[in-house]
Amino acid sequence: MSTKNRMSGNEALGEAIRQINPDVMPAFPITPSTEVPQFVSNMIANGQVDTEFIPVESEHSAMSAAMGSEAAGARTITATSSCGLALMWEVLYVAASSRLPLAMCVVNRGLTGPLNINAEHSDSMGARDSGWLQIYAENNQEVYDNMLMAYRIAEHKDVRLPIMICQDGFITSHAVENIMLEDDEPIRKFVGTYEPEHYLLNADEPMAMGPYANSPFCMEAKRAQVQGMMNAKQVILDVAKEYAKISGREYGLYEGYRLGDAEYVLVCIGSACGTIKDAVDRMRESGVKAGLLKVRVFRPFPGEEFAKALENAKAVAVMDRAESYTGHGGPLGAELMAAMYRNKNKAEAINVIYGLSGRDLTVEMVCGLYDQLADIAVNGTKGREYQYLGLRE
Amino acid sequence: MSNTVEIRWHGRGGQGAKTAALLLADVAFKMDKHVQGFPEYGPERMGAPITAFNRISDSQIRVHSNIYNPDYVVVVDETLLHTVDVTKGLKDTGAILINTENTADDLMPYLNGYKGKVYTINAREVCMKTLGKYFPNTPMLAAIVKISGIIEQEAFLREMENSLSHKFAKKPEVLDGNMKALKMAFKEVR
Repeated sequence: MSTKNRMSGNEALGEAIRQINPDVMPAFPITPSTEVPQFVSNMIANGQVDTEFIPVESEHSAMSAAMGSEAAGARTITATSSCGLALMWEVLYVAASSRLPLAMCVVNRGLTGPLNINAEHSDSMGARDSGWLQIYAENNQEVYDNMLMAYRIAEHKDVRLPIMICQDGFITSHAVENIMLEDDEPIRKFVGTYEPEHYLLNADEPMAMGPYANSPFCMEAKRAQVQGMMNAKQVILDVAKEYAKISGREYGLYEGYRLGDAEYVLVCIGSACGTIKDAVDRMRESGVKAGLLKVRVFRPFPGEEFAKALENAKAVAVMDRAESYTGHGGPLGAELMAAMYRNKNKAEAINVIYGLSGRDLTVEMVCGLYDQLADIAVNGTKGREYQYLGLRE
Repeated sequence: MSNTVEIRWHGRGGQGAKTAALLLADVAFKMDKHVQGFPEYGPERMGAPITAFNRISDSQIRVHSNIYNPDYVVVVDETLLHTVDVTKGLKDTGAILINTENTADDLMPYLNGYKGKVYTINAREVCMKTLGKYFPNTPMLAAIVKISGIIEQEAFLREMENSLSHKFAKKPEVLDGNMKALKMAFKEVR
């Protein structure tokens, strides 16, 4: 049964983690993800979970300990943000290439320079090539649902990759909103017990973890890793379908909002999608065929599915809450436009950088962007291919 | 969207404006509303101006931006009137509520010609008479509930008593003080 409640995105993570009851959590606090290990510590002290908490001295150690415990055969979780994720960098790749299905709550916050604590995707986008699965949430409900589905996806025998469950720092992590929570019993059954096929504490199968592999082996290992990523698309859909039977909430690789007949489409990730939905409704009221493609899964990158969903669009704005410093656009823009080119999409497409370091995005700003797309569909992009939204002049 | 009430709170770090916004969200949720309660995080520290927000609606709330055209503004610390443009974007059809010893007329010069309703409450006096300590968010919460009418007053008191008696099960005197503060605030807001 679903029960109505209200809580912040971080509290929603806490609730999901309580229901999952992971074996081990090594973590180091950093704003705005600090509450996550804090909540888990409280739950351990209150006897609500029997998770082993490892207080570590840095995020590099957090990820190293997470790798170690996952390799030992324990279901492992950690949480971080921003520079904390950056300090894990080296080990992220090792965890992924070692095919360790651990989960990490990423509460998205900009990487430092200038120092800032607010929402931006530069932290997890920077880690987009580390081999981790990445699922993003629009609101606290999706944070909760994504977390509950995380291990089923990551641990699947066709995938076996670590997973990041991402949400926007403060905007959802610290905002109290309504949410539907599921009962413990069906969730525990759904999540199941972790039964690794190969693990270090198995005395019957001595094995090496993270060994040296030179050129005769490395390329094959990496190709096998990509296969896990490719397989994940179907696994994500299958797990979502099964979860929907419990919750009534179904998720795809993306969510289309009034997308079917939309001529002008925004493609976006995270909390801004809620704001864009309100803008879509407002534009529709004045007769403009506006729509949204909300990217839920970024790794694997469902480029083909996205491009096909955009086939009817006349003009598309790809929204990036991260700068790539290529002088050419952001990460979602680059990857989606490559997919649209491969799919021979006819739409004009622009790449819009918005919301850096928590800069607000309003319904009015989004409506202005739809107006611009209507103009671009007729007159072409004319130097507007890569632009900033909400930048002070 | 039209049935959504938007509230902006102005306070200073440590005064509980964020807590008040979260409390209001909590009570409204229990009245079967859809709610949002969230702070704007700047360089957060004791005494610095902070802003917190509420959206309260009968239908699902999707928007994730700050609030620029609130229906109501609550000023928890009147010294902010000198440094923050508290009526910025405030709808004339709405109202501003200020914690002050002064009258609304005294404060008009600081409100940038605001044409809507101006309410005041001496939250310090309410607190000292009922709690013996200065926690302005309790009376401010009651006052905004009364002014906005988003929750029926009796239902609000019942709900607050429920949640406070749970929270302060071992300190009945805190419960009594807070309930008195809420009731007195209903009378004192003007």
